Amino acid sequence: MKSYNSFFGKSIEPRMTADLTDTSPIEEGNKEGTKNSKESLSNQGKASESPAKKKSSTNENGSKELIKEFELSQQKKKVPEVYVGDTVKVGVRISEGNKERVQPYEGVVIAKRHGGINQTITVRRIFQGVGVERIFMIHSPQVASIKVERRGKVRRAKLFYLRERVGKATRVKQRFDR
Amino acid sequence: MSIGILGKKLGMSQFFDEQGRSVPVTLIEAGPCRITQLKSSSTDGYSAVQIGFGVTREKLVNKPSKGHVGKSGEDLLRHLREYRVENLEVYELGSQITVESFEAGQKVDVSGNSMGRGFAGYQKRHGFSRGPMSHGSKNHRQPGSTGAGTTPGRIYPGKRMAGRYGGKKITTRGLTIMKIDNDKNLLVVKGSVPGKPGSLLNIRPAKRVGSQNISGGKG
Repeated sequence: MKSYNSFFGKSIEPRMTADLTDTSPIEEGNKEGTKNSKESLSNQGKASESPAKKKSSTNENGSKELIKEFELSQQKKKVPEVYVGDTVKVGVRISEGNKERVQPYEGVVIAKRHGGINQTITVRRIFQGVGVERIFMIHSPQVASIKVERRGKVRRAKLFYLRERVGKATRVKQRFDR
Repeated sequence: MSIGILGKKLGMSQFFDEQGRSVPVTLIEAGPCRITQLKSSSTDGYSAVQIGFGVTREKLVNKPSKGHVGKSGEDLLRHLREYRVENLEVYELGSQITVESFEAGQKVDVSGNSMGRGFAGYQKRHGFSRGPMSHGSKNHRQPGSTGAGTTPGRIYPGKRMAGRYGGKKITTRGLTIMKIDNDKNLLVVKGSVPGKPGSLLNIRPAKRVGSQNISGGKG
């Protein structure tokens, strides 16, 4: 989010508020979650339009708007709201030769980084006794799907402390209000 | 067939290619450029196509250039560049050159003015290494020796020293066009190009230089 902010300067502010008002009334269940995310996306579109108009009056080149448009065109329309602490199932596209299949990867989201097209989530899981962390660009075509299995209740934005924990201590409390 | 086009650097972004890989790209708003002059070997000694880019105001243009640009169309143009061509008959005075003349996957050379760094020191300009910052050292960003003593008694020409850096014409060769947007006059080129956003760029089909094969390389 930090890099995103600095990149677009002040134009991010209306979008931020739109995000906040949207996320509060989310109810449990995946279907509801996706619905809400859809709404937030459409709101984002509106929010990004207003600064575009403002800019065009002062600065006729609007190169930042063109870049934004280019990036928006590549972003996925429907992305579920993923929070840090959630357990997610990510469908990863794998191509073997000319065959393509989707492999699921399930784990806890321990970090979210960047915003817009560059947004990534770090998903940690324990595989055969070894901790594995994969970073997914959520708008990448290689990520076929993201499904939130369980909402987690955490008090950190980054759950790196889970790396030092083993077994029962790695559990994340479930939360039911999202 | 593309001969070349002028454009404005918009900035960098990223692009997902067919394999889903994230590729760093530069967005260029290129054209439409008007053909302002056709130079033939009979009149100019060589054959070339001159194109203009960037509509400007009447106030900013002097009379001679107004007359020159006015021969091909109404809009006054700010930048003129020319490209050598073999066959002039394909081109028509006053016609437009757009990004359509390029195609995705094509290799291009992009030249423009690099970012000016002003009077830059040894490290920034020539990549000299730094001296120790502590342990009593006072040699932090100094150049070291610039040559021997009494013999030769002078510094050899071409010795790398501090001075003006950047703000020069730089060509980045062999960049791949990832995407073309005709409606927005957008060229999406893999990698970085010289200059700051908003600066003028000259985009030409890649010219193979030396023995290295640009099209077969890593890109």
